[in-house]
Amino acid sequence: MATEIATTAPLPLKWEYASSVESTDILDLDAKYGLFINGKFVKPKSKKYFPTINPATEEHLADVAEAGSADVDSAVKAARAAFVDVWGPMPGAERAKHIFRIARMIQERSRELAVLETLDGGKPIKEARDVDLPLVAGHFFYYAGWADKLDYAFPGVRPQPLGVAGQVIPWNFPLMMLAWKVAPALAAGNTVVLKPAETTPLTALILAQIAAESGLPPGVFNVVTGAGGTGSAVVTHEDVDKVAFTGSTAVGKMIQSQLAGTDKKMTLELGGKAAHVIFEDAPLDQAIEGVINGIFFNQGHVCCAGSRLLVQENIHDRFVDKLKSRLATLRVGDPLDKNTDVGAINSRAQLDRITELVDSGRSEGAEMFQPDCVLPNRGFFFKPTLFTNVAQSHRIAQEEIFGPVLSILSFRTPEEAVEKANNTPYGLSAGVWTSKGSRILWMADQLKAGVVWANTYNKFDPASPFGGYKESGFGREGGRHGLLPYLKWIES
Amino acid sequence: MTLATPRTSILPDRITTPTLRTFLRSVPSVDEVGARERVAALSTRSIKRESKRDALDLIVRMIDLTTLEGKDTAGKVAQMSAKAIRPDPLDASVPSVAAVCVYPNMVPHAVQATEGTSVKVASVATYFPSGLADTDIKVVEVSRVVKQGADEVDMVIDRGAFLAGEYFKVFDEIRRVKDACGEAHLKVILETGELGNLDNVRRASMLAMAAGGDFIKTSTGKITPAATLPDTLIMLEAIRDFYEATGVMVGMKPAGGIKTSKDAIKYLVVLNETLGTEWMSPDWFRFGASSLLNDVLMQIRWLATGRYWSSDYFTKD
Repeated sequence: MATEIATTAPLPLKWEYASSVESTDILDLDAKYGLFINGKFVKPKSKKYFPTINPATEEHLADVAEAGSADVDSAVKAARAAFVDVWGPMPGAERAKHIFRIARMIQERSRELAVLETLDGGKPIKEARDVDLPLVAGHFFYYAGWADKLDYAFPGVRPQPLGVAGQVIPWNFPLMMLAWKVAPALAAGNTVVLKPAETTPLTALILAQIAAESGLPPGVFNVVTGAGGTGSAVVTHEDVDKVAFTGSTAVGKMIQSQLAGTDKKMTLELGGKAAHVIFEDAPLDQAIEGVINGIFFNQGHVCCAGSRLLVQENIHDRFVDKLKSRLATLRVGDPLDKNTDVGAINSRAQLDRITELVDSGRSEGAEMFQPDCVLPNRGFFFKPTLFTNVAQSHRIAQEEIFGPVLSILSFRTPEEAVEKANNTPYGLSAGVWTSKGSRILWMADQLKAGVVWANTYNKFDPASPFGGYKESGFGREGGRHGLLPYLKWIES
Repeated sequence: MTLATPRTSILPDRITTPTLRTFLRSVPSVDEVGARERVAALSTRSIKRESKRDALDLIVRMIDLTTLEGKDTAGKVAQMSAKAIRPDPLDASVPSVAAVCVYPNMVPHAVQATEGTSVKVASVATYFPSGLADTDIKVVEVSRVVKQGADEVDMVIDRGAFLAGEYFKVFDEIRRVKDACGEAHLKVILETGELGNLDNVRRASMLAMAAGGDFIKTSTGKITPAATLPDTLIMLEAIRDFYEATGVMVGMKPAGGIKTSKDAIKYLVVLNETLGTEWMSPDWFRFGASSLLNDVLMQIRWLATGRYWSSDYFTKD
């Protein structure tokens, strides 16, 4: 009787995941975008435009205006007028309503924004959808709640807004960085001139549309697109009261020197070279996932990426073996595919930098491992990469690579782990994996990093402050602390 | 008493409760939050439509179609066995399930009903579901079902002894039951719902494999929660570690609470990503389920015809 029953596929079954590509039909992109100044999209006085492309296909997406100094000046003037006439005097409860409305509209359009974030930046759709967008809306909701409670956030003083905030954000989390900066600035009563990154300007422009549709008063939120020159014009404009920058340490230092001698307030959120410390008693399989998430999340384009793995020597080989086999199951490819784990490198320039640093790692004698995966033949992609036999003195252990490249070092004692972890000019974040609670507390106390994650990594919450030590910058974003850079007061 | 050789390679020379305790403490701990995140991430994977029919067929072939009720009769077992052999009367391309799983007294009826087919007979034994009986009695029960023709034995571990730290008792009982099984395959039920945390699930998995279990299985189905994805992930990781240490492949059987094709596919995704293609076969993975089969049949029919059929078109046995 059994012989009558057909068997359809040979065993064991080798199956493939669907290429489950998110549709881009939801998007309605313009061919050309102007600057968003005083509540309207306007043509740039510079008359210049630059293209923005999809890094996964190198296809042209749209042309975007390049703001010159006259354009930046218009934006700052609009922001100043809105601050003086409308937004500054507006009661906090009314500001809150505006910010809440923006948060709701972000939620309503979150799928569209997620698809565009992936298209313009190269990050996997599952991250844009499940991590970026919920946090973006979350930050607006969270700071909307503070707008009418500033007196209670800082009791005993009368907190006042600063005026016009000039904000320059990076390309790795375009909308999330926007939310981290714009939401607290608006809640505190400031108006904003925002300069998104040149490779990822599109979602900020859609957010400008949302701001306009939501009825946010003209001039409260302005977007000037462009490259470094535009950013420089924003931060050095004499009528900007507050500068907030997220990006590389080199540019951060440049901005700081440009602002020396002015009374502008500033916050900098810069690079990192985070240590991810694995003790022998760690929950190993979850630690593997944590390490993978720590370095391959967003292709490693994360300032707090766990790019230096410190493994206790007595589990080093076993841990590295596990890591290698896990690496082989990562799916690298089309960022719009819901099954993709690692998407596209954001730009040709970044791909070149990663390649250069990886080459230096090999020539300095570290041992490289890459899984056997096929990369798409168009677009900017880089294989997930591990380096073992790395020494502290190698460039790949010192410099921020900002790509899917992990340097693995070993340590013998907790003291040595701390010493190596802190032995960097950076100090943005760190991770610790151990089953011992007391060791977690001790490590968190010893590590010179703004964020220390224990038995997890890359966890963010609007209520939790984020920021760096040393050359990773200063000032905090998120939480009650995130309001401080946007407020002033006279002690009463 | 001697053990089959490969299994001892990761065990201490002298097996006693203290040496087993040391062995189990060397098993990596589990972070529950991380384990849950991992399965949540894997649950969003989708498989190709062309792979889907193969996956559904595989699920059918992995099912241990189960009836474990106090009111079971020869008639019930015969009807269920007919369904196990030919799940869809209207579609001969649907394969048979792996096995029928019944109480010890029902073994002769199941053997008779499945004779001459590929469907195996599995019997729960060892004072299922509590397992609270003397080891000698359990061994007698196991010998009896094997003699009556059971191909597979699903035993329960003594959870009380495990939680009390009497590791030798648990280990020795599995070992004796395995001996009593002879040629029959032994699945060791951990009853994860009673073990309290994933650290225990992982340790019990290692203990069961080291003692000779051919499969490890989550649940009896009599305790809530029964099978969960995090439990399954942790057990699969234990199987992988055991394989790496000894070269011995051990099978996995989540049982209870898996009711839909969608859920079953999630289990296969976790299996595929943790242990790889080699384990994607009924030799190494089973579902302990009863209502799952009809949902899979409905999905197969949908793939074949392009529309959903009412449940009236699927037999309830």
